[in-house]
Amino acid sequence: MKAWERVEEGKRQGRGKRKGRDRVDWMEVDEVVCLPRLPRVAVCGGTHGNELSGVYLVRELLKAEKKVMEKEEEEPLSVLMVLSNPRAMQQCRRYVDTDLNRCFTHAKLNGPIPDNAPYEIIRSRELNATLGPKGNPEAVDLVCDLHNTTANMGLCFIAYSDCDWICLHIFRHLQRQMPDVPMRYIHFDVSNKESYSLDSVGKHGFAMEIGPQPHGVVRSNIYTAMKVGVQHMLDWVRIFNSGTIFEGGCVDVFTMIKHIDYPRDNETRNITAAIHPKVQDRDFCLLHPEDPLFQTFSGETLRYKGNEPLYPFFINECAYYEKGIALSLARKRRVTIPAIRVQTEQQQRANEQEFASEEEE
Amino acid sequence: MSSSSCNNSACLNEARRVAIFGGTHGNEMSGVTLVNLWVKNSAEIQRKGVETKPFITNPKAVEKCTRYVDTDLNRAFTPENLSAPGGDNLPYEVQRAQEINRIFGPKESPDAYDVIFDLHNTTSNMGCTLILESSKDHFNLQMMHYIKKAIAPASCLVLLNEHPLLKYSTSRSVAKHPVGLEVGPQPQGVLRSNIFEAMRVILKHALDFIELFNEGMEFPPCTVEAFRVLERIDYPRDANGNIIAMVHPNLQDCDWEPLNPGDPMFQTFDGKTIRYHGSGTVYPTFINEAAYYEKQQAFVTTRREALVASAIRKI
Repeated sequence: MKAWERVEEGKRQGRGKRKGRDRVDWMEVDEVVCLPRLPRVAVCGGTHGNELSGVYLVRELLKAEKKVMEKEEEEPLSVLMVLSNPRAMQQCRRYVDTDLNRCFTHAKLNGPIPDNAPYEIIRSRELNATLGPKGNPEAVDLVCDLHNTTANMGLCFIAYSDCDWICLHIFRHLQRQMPDVPMRYIHFDVSNKESYSLDSVGKHGFAMEIGPQPHGVVRSNIYTAMKVGVQHMLDWVRIFNSGTIFEGGCVDVFTMIKHIDYPRDNETRNITAAIHPKVQDRDFCLLHPEDPLFQTFSGETLRYKGNEPLYPFFINECAYYEKGIALSLARKRRVTIPAIRVQTEQQQRANEQEFASEEEE
Repeated sequence: MSSSSCNNSACLNEARRVAIFGGTHGNEMSGVTLVNLWVKNSAEIQRKGVETKPFITNPKAVEKCTRYVDTDLNRAFTPENLSAPGGDNLPYEVQRAQEINRIFGPKESPDAYDVIFDLHNTTSNMGCTLILESSKDHFNLQMMHYIKKAIAPASCLVLLNEHPLLKYSTSRSVAKHPVGLEVGPQPQGVLRSNIFEAMRVILKHALDFIELFNEGMEFPPCTVEAFRVLERIDYPRDANGNIIAMVHPNLQDCDWEPLNPGDPMFQTFDGKTIRYHGSGTVYPTFINEAAYYEKQQAFVTTRREALVASAIRKI
């Protein structure tokens, strides 16, 4: 493959449009993939109004921003701080009418909206106008959407791609800078067409999910982990933009396979069992077929009936009772990530020309 | 309540009518789940000589899985609310309070239920806590002593809220002997199996005690260690009322442990420590309870006290 064609591959990978699985063979370990600069980053909190670490962190960053405005950088990074769902935040609820973080599919962002549209549908379009439009070259380069979970998940990146080298490199950077924080990369294998969350609006994006924290509460250790994580993320972007080469390596990626709901009463749909004490708080501890999974209220153990061992996560997340999810299950695999660096101006210009001619086609 | 002293024991009426309240806060799931279970099948809570009624106090809040709809039901049982005219125009929880007072009260009358257990969860790391509203309720003190002994070595602490200003009008206050049961930590809207089972076990022992008492067992004098509520401590706030600091990592999850003058108490969002500057050692609890952010409470301080319970037996 010619060097020019490799830049092409890198460009496409940078947008995460193709799967990583068939990439590993041709990729040479010391080949550096060049990716476009990331001049605009958005940090979003309060997408769910009761996930308070992100709410308080973005509020603090907005306050600090006013003081730091004058600080000069050679090529300043534009960081947008956004409080995504102010009405839900005010009421300290997850959402007002409907879950904002499910309102970012192309279908929901476009087309007509009725007069009495849910608040969050109106809000998602506002956010799409500010941070997007989704799929458009005007969109911000990176969206980091801050979330908390009642599950014992530590710090997780949740992304739609397992070959977005930007997100994977940022993740690896945080792992190295924060070795005391348990950290995992979760991949939801959802196409760009079907992607539904706020982080899908940017050219690159991921949710930073930290738990365990009850909704409506801010725990200092969780807040601090989020604050430090965001700081390292922004540092990485600045370092990347300045031309540093980030060496390749490996990242363990957890790809979501399926969800399991609680056992429920046929009539009332009320749950009839709780997560088994042996599983509770054991996110990312391998669950084997026949392992205890639920405990009914009469004390009976219900077992996992899958045919392969999988990694559970989002175990007993409060907000997922209404979505019919007691826990989610993932397969783990090791993903090789290439060395990357920012494109030179020449490469960037060629990149833009190429993009323009693609559009003409 | 009729009682008299005979042979150094307080003689009390049998506790014939007992209620178990769940869903006073609609998102505190252990109580909601247990009461729903027992409404369907009450075998587990039946005891000889006792009528035990499981009851969901705030069904609308339970349905929405929210703490309350209009106003906190567990603050609504004030004399003003209970006698307020207005029917359907009243806030939902005030209407509920009046209905509950009709069924299980009237509060402070001879017709009121003997015992009400009110089931709650907290996001605080309080473990199993029994909440007492009067240091002179010897029946309740004996019950709590019995429960503590029965579950040992597991622990169950007693919180006494007799503070004239901080005390509040709870749903259980309708009964002659109100007992609050608070188990945590559990996030709102979440059902944790260990928390659920712990609450169930405590209720089992509580009902056993009532059965034994009604059968004529005499309970000798005893001492019950309790934590008496002293004051409520709010989060540091700015001029606009916004919280500017969090519970300090050294204090987070340390319910019931001594907090000494000079110990870290809060941590500002930019990492500075704010210390406790009280005059002596206190025992904080309800540390970082989600529902109390809006009630201006980061935690309450308590002091340890040994409460003496007279011997009791039934009349």
